[in-house]
Amino acid sequence: MSKSLVSKQPKAVALISGGLDSLLAAKVLLEQGVHVEGINFYTGFCVEGHTHAIRAKDKKKVKRNNALWSAEQLGIKLHIVDVIEEYKDVLINPKHGYGANMNPCLDCKGFMVKKALEWIKENDFDFIITGEVMGQRPMSQRKDTMPIIARESGANDLLLRPLCAKNLPETKPEIEGWVDRDKLYGFSGRSRKPQIALAEAFGFEEWAQPAGGCCFLTDKAYSTKLVDLWQSRNDQRDYEMDDIMLLKVGRHIRPRKHFKLIIGREDGENKYMEGYRKQYAHLHATSCVGPSVLIDGVLKDEDDFKLAAQITARFSKDRTKDSVTIEMTDLNGVSKAIDVKPLGSHEIQEAWQV
Amino acid sequence: MSHYQLDARRMLCPMPVIRTQNKVKTLHVGDTLEITCTDPGAINDIPAWCRINAHKFIDYRQDGDEIILNVEVGEG
Repeated sequence: MSKSLVSKQPKAVALISGGLDSLLAAKVLLEQGVHVEGINFYTGFCVEGHTHAIRAKDKKKVKRNNALWSAEQLGIKLHIVDVIEEYKDVLINPKHGYGANMNPCLDCKGFMVKKALEWIKENDFDFIITGEVMGQRPMSQRKDTMPIIARESGANDLLLRPLCAKNLPETKPEIEGWVDRDKLYGFSGRSRKPQIALAEAFGFEEWAQPAGGCCFLTDKAYSTKLVDLWQSRNDQRDYEMDDIMLLKVGRHIRPRKHFKLIIGREDGENKYMEGYRKQYAHLHATSCVGPSVLIDGVLKDEDDFKLAAQITARFSKDRTKDSVTIEMTDLNGVSKAIDVKPLGSHEIQEAWQV
Repeated sequence: MSHYQLDARRMLCPMPVIRTQNKVKTLHVGDTLEITCTDPGAINDIPAWCRINAHKFIDYRQDGDEIILNVEVGEG
C-alpha cells in the first residue's frame, strides 16, 4: 500500500448492475482486503427479470436476478433499493439530456452515485466503487463526463473506479492508503478483452451479458412507446409503474389519438395482461381463440368500439373469417359484444403501430 | 418468534425481493415470513437473497399460479 496500513478494515459499497464490469470492480477491491457490500438500484426500467418472467417462450431460460447472482459469486451482501419514484425526475428532466433513445445515462449514473453516497453516510461506509471503464459507453463513461458524475453526485473523491482508476486522478481511498493504486487498472475503450481476461484470472466462468445493456430506455422500440404515451396524454411527461410495465408487453396499436390497444402476442403476455383487467377496459374474442387486449384511453363512440373490435379480431384465430364475435368489458365490469369482420393486414396502418 | 405474511403477487422481479428485504428489516431473528408471489423468478431470487444476506430459506410450494415461499430471519 502507498501508505501505512490503516487500523480498521475500509468499507466500500459497490454499485452492482449484474454485468461483468461491476462484478470485476468489486472483486478487485475484495482482493485488496476491503469490506465490500453491493447496492443495486431498481428504477422500473431495468431489463432484469420482467421480460423473462412474462413471456411464455422464455420460460425455459434461467430466471435469475443477475445482481443477486453477482453478489453471490462475490460472497457479498446486496442491498436492492427501490428508486422508482425518485427516478421519475431523472428521466423526465435530465440536465444532460438523452442518449440515442430516451436514456438519460449521465444523469442516471450521477443519480445512482448520489444515492450510494447517501447510503454510505447512513451505514458508516467509507467510499463508493463502480465498474465504469473510460470510453466504454458514449455518454456516461467518457473522460470528460466521468468527472461530472463524481462532482454532481457530491461523491467527489469518494468515488473510485477500480477498472480505470489509473486513467483518473487519485481518489481519497488511494491517497489514504485504503487501497493500493498499483493494484488497480487502467482499462479504456470499448474492447471487452481486458475485462474478459481479468474475469478468467479471477476464475469467473460465467457472467451476464445483457444484449443492448440492462436498461429499457436504451431500446429504440421501448423509447418510442414511452414518447407516444406522453404525447397521448397531452405531453404530460409522467408515468406510473403500470404504464412502464405495460410498455414492455404486447403489440401496441394506436388507431386514434385518444386510444391505444395493447395486444398480447403469446400466452405468457395474455396471462400477464389479464391481471390488469380491473384497471383497463378490455376486449377479447368469444367466438374463437384470440389475444388479451387492453384499451389504454377511451372508446368515444360505436365507431371506435367497432374499430377496436375489428383490430382485436385481426389477431384472433379466425382472422380470415367473415365474422368474429368480440366482447368488450368496461371499467365497471359491464360487457357488450359485437360481430365484426376482422381488418385485413393491409388495413392495419403502419402509422398506427407504436 | 412470530410468523408474518407478505403479498407480492403480480409483482415482477426484483420487486418481490425488495418487498421481502424491506419486511425482513422490521422483523427479529427467528421470525418467519411467508411470501406469496406470481413471478416464477422468485423461486431463484428469494433463496439467493437469503443465502447472501444470512437468512434461512425454508421451502416453497406452488399453488396454481401462486408460489408460496417461507423464510426464517437470520442474523442478517
